[in-house]
Amino acid sequence: MIGMEPTETVFRTEGLTKVYDTGEVKVFALAGVDLELYAGELTVLLGPSGSGKSTLLNILGGLDHATEGRVWFQDIELTGLSDRGLTRFRRDYVGFIFQFYNLVASLSARENVALVTDIAPNPMRPEEALEIVGLDHRMDHFPAELSGGEQQRVAIARAIAKRPDILLCDEPTGALDSKTGVQVLEALERINQEFGTTTAVITHAAEIRKMAHRVIRFQDGKISSVKRNETRLHPSEIEW
Amino acid sequence: MRVLEKKLFRDFLRLWSQALAIALVLACGVSIFVMAFGMFTALTETRDTYYERHRFADVFSSVRRAPKSIASEIAEIPGVYAVETRVVGSAILDLSHRVETAVGQFLSLPTIGTPRLNVPLLRSGRFPGAQSSDEVVINEPFAIANGFRLGDVFDANLNGRKRQLTIVGTALSPEFIYTIGPGDLMPDSEGFGILWMSEPALEAAFDMQGAFNDVSLAVRRDANITMIKDRLDTLLDPYGTFGAHDRAEQTSNAFIDGELTQLKTMSYMLPPVFFAIAVFLVNMVIGRLVSLERSEIGLMKAIGYSDVEVSMHYLALAGLIAFVGIAVGFVAGAWFSHGMASIYADFFDFPYLIFSLSPDVYLVAGLLGMATAALGAIRSALSAARLPPAVAMSPPAPPNYRRSLFSVFLDAFRLSQPTMMILRNLMRWPVRTGLTTLGLALAVAVLTATTFFEDALDELIDTTFHQANRQDVILILSGETNRSALEEVRRLPGVLQVEGAQAHGVILKNGHREKRVAIEARPESGDLARVVSSDGDIVTVPRGGLLLSSRLAGQLDVGPGDMVTVEFLSGLRETHAVPVAGVVTGYIGLTAYMEIETLDRLMRRAPTVDMANILVDPNRLDDFHAEVKDLPGLAGTVMLNDTIASFEETIEQNITISTVIYVAIAVLITVGVTYNSARIQLSERARDLASLRILGFTKAEVSYILIGETALLVLLAQPLGWLLGWGLAASMIAGLETDLYSIPLVLHRDTFAWASSVVLLAAAASALLVRRRLNNLNLIQVMKTRE
Repeated sequence: MIGMEPTETVFRTEGLTKVYDTGEVKVFALAGVDLELYAGELTVLLGPSGSGKSTLLNILGGLDHATEGRVWFQDIELTGLSDRGLTRFRRDYVGFIFQFYNLVASLSARENVALVTDIAPNPMRPEEALEIVGLDHRMDHFPAELSGGEQQRVAIARAIAKRPDILLCDEPTGALDSKTGVQVLEALERINQEFGTTTAVITHAAEIRKMAHRVIRFQDGKISSVKRNETRLHPSEIEW
Repeated sequence: MRVLEKKLFRDFLRLWSQALAIALVLACGVSIFVMAFGMFTALTETRDTYYERHRFADVFSSVRRAPKSIASEIAEIPGVYAVETRVVGSAILDLSHRVETAVGQFLSLPTIGTPRLNVPLLRSGRFPGAQSSDEVVINEPFAIANGFRLGDVFDANLNGRKRQLTIVGTALSPEFIYTIGPGDLMPDSEGFGILWMSEPALEAAFDMQGAFNDVSLAVRRDANITMIKDRLDTLLDPYGTFGAHDRAEQTSNAFIDGELTQLKTMSYMLPPVFFAIAVFLVNMVIGRLVSLERSEIGLMKAIGYSDVEVSMHYLALAGLIAFVGIAVGFVAGAWFSHGMASIYADFFDFPYLIFSLSPDVYLVAGLLGMATAALGAIRSALSAARLPPAVAMSPPAPPNYRRSLFSVFLDAFRLSQPTMMILRNLMRWPVRTGLTTLGLALAVAVLTATTFFEDALDELIDTTFHQANRQDVILILSGETNRSALEEVRRLPGVLQVEGAQAHGVILKNGHREKRVAIEARPESGDLARVVSSDGDIVTVPRGGLLLSSRLAGQLDVGPGDMVTVEFLSGLRETHAVPVAGVVTGYIGLTAYMEIETLDRLMRRAPTVDMANILVDPNRLDDFHAEVKDLPGLAGTVMLNDTIASFEETIEQNITISTVIYVAIAVLITVGVTYNSARIQLSERARDLASLRILGFTKAEVSYILIGETALLVLLAQPLGWLLGWGLAASMIAGLETDLYSIPLVLHRDTFAWASSVVLLAAAASALLVRRRLNNLNLIQVMKTRE
């Protein structure tokens, strides 16, 4: 897969703008972003805090509305969907991973994954998803009984169990040490390769860019550069 | 204002809806306490003052006819310090503006000075002249109800002779604070009057020259009342005493005692329920706030606020909530008291105002309210104080769910994950789950235990009147008369059916248990005045035996087949052993029934009657009354239809008012509990619920988790509430039961359904309020912040 030439466009944005109007000042979180993400691609989004990367991810994932501009997911225009439509879109196509794992404390690892498999149209078994992230031996443990890395891997299992078309990760290693972070990145890499899931990863750790197909840098709500990696590193070769 | 105080007020404003819900629950407790305890104190003080100033007697006795000379012997009984003898009698009054007859109870006034005991309080005019034979003072409510003015005249049928009486004054008396006529269920100021006349006039009218038939005693504080009653009975025995009794059996006093007991029970029982719920709610809300503000607490301590300042901050928040609750409670309590006082004004005849609540009552209620809030907040305030700053600023460990037997049990049902979340959360906080359920159950119980009254009174009226006493009128004859007198009654206009009856004072004894009651004697085949068995069937009064009402049988500890000793207080005053033939239903008074010929035989005399039960053609009632007004030998009439109508009307009024109050109370409890517990759940689970929304759960699916948990608790609370309501109703009935009346425990399915509907609706409304917040949940915000 390394060095592949993606062709099919999964996401396309046109003049995407997000303005936070506080009454006195207008803050442009996104100031006209034109972007395409391709099928099977693993993209890393870099940039300082407030540069707009999280806002973009949230809009792509159907969590937030754009102020201006348009977004397409395949043939669906997300900017035209209602709340109900966006919920449907998230349910059927999107997997999310956040810095804080957001597991339901009252459900075991398996049950947290089952939350998604219960409502998804074509899910894998929860056990299978947990096996992919290497947690098949901890399935009946509750979040309080798992380490941070393990909890994040349960979150990944929960995100991929529905076989999403896209995986959106906002600082997935932000709360983890480097060694545990590598395990999480390995899981993401594996999913991207084996299932061809389009993956976007926001990170502050610039080294992680080395595992991406493409690296997009943000500055002041705009894309400042897009760079394709000719050679990619395996997560185990990355340190930060 | 210091910054911490600013934070306090801002927190209070931010939490206003939850704070208000708690404050209103607290206000219920405070207001009921103010009303019940305040009215209890006010009524007790007013009564005691009235009794003292107007020298209300301690021991009372009626006697057939005793010579006045015996009074000095009575005065020598140790412990007695005042004796008052009187002539007392009752007569039919012919009031020209009234179609029906009225009944008057006549009391004699001494020739010289005022009475030593039971001193009437003159409200207008003057007392009758010492030798006047036609001047009368009437009780003020009777004057007002009939529109009488001084100088007005009316006719009275005194011992068979019609006399014209002139009103010279109006008065009130401590003996007649609650004035109820013979056979009445509640005061009828228009139809029943108390009349004071000079002693010589009444001696002449009732044939009591040189004698008396009523005596009252005042005793020293340390006197042995039982011994005094025994001595009095012994002294009066030769003259036909009806037995001495103390204040507890004095009708007016007994009714006030009953009311006081009710108020006292209410002030002890109801407010603690509300205070307990408020403690729980304050605990829940402040507890949640402390856990949410964990890092702020750490920060405050890090920059130098002391543990005391930090914990006082949270206590003060609870104090603000309590302040609002107490303020609302004071206003509502004063309003309830005013309502109660006006009800008392309708039923009780006091010369003074009893509305003023003492400031102490408010002080105690306020302290209780503050203590309630402090008790609710203390645990969280202490935990805030104990939290070391370094620990406080790091995030708390996630709630520790583990696999338990319960999980294994749940797995067996293959429940959906959201349902699992609901059940696990409930099991994780068992105390909270239990208390929430209990709180909601109390709301159901309060409604159940108060709405059943209407059904209970319907049952009481149905059994007592429609089943048992079907006569329209009871004529009370002046004395025992030959049964042939019934023929005369039968000839009265409009009379359709007549049955004779007798009532005799007796003492029933079984071993050491004894009870002074009246035996009612009826014809075996009686059709107007009937007896209802405990199964609701009509039973004939068997020859040779006694039928006892179940409460009387209970007090004497006898059942069918047992023998009781009957000590007659009239006639030859003989004692007989009579078998109990059966136990029957009787809600009003303690009654014993006997077949009329059996009674005549036991009393060894010719067939006699002293009452006539009559069915009257409703179209000829006016003719009937006109004739009865002139009938000699009549001591009183009881119009049963009027009695039932006025009883039902009063009940209807009171029930409407109390239904509104109790529904408001139940709704407040439900909203207080549901709204707060749903808000806390939302706060605790915002993250979980937002996660689910991000994972693609719809708003409805996410609401299910939040509302489902609340709904489950509300449903669980229903059967518990019915059970508690049943228990509460039973204990209220037991508390209200006196020798005067008892209320049947009638709980229909409708009552439970009504209670549940109100609570379910209130719970649904509160849950929907919280759901609105759920819909506005900011998904991104929640996910970006660390718990």
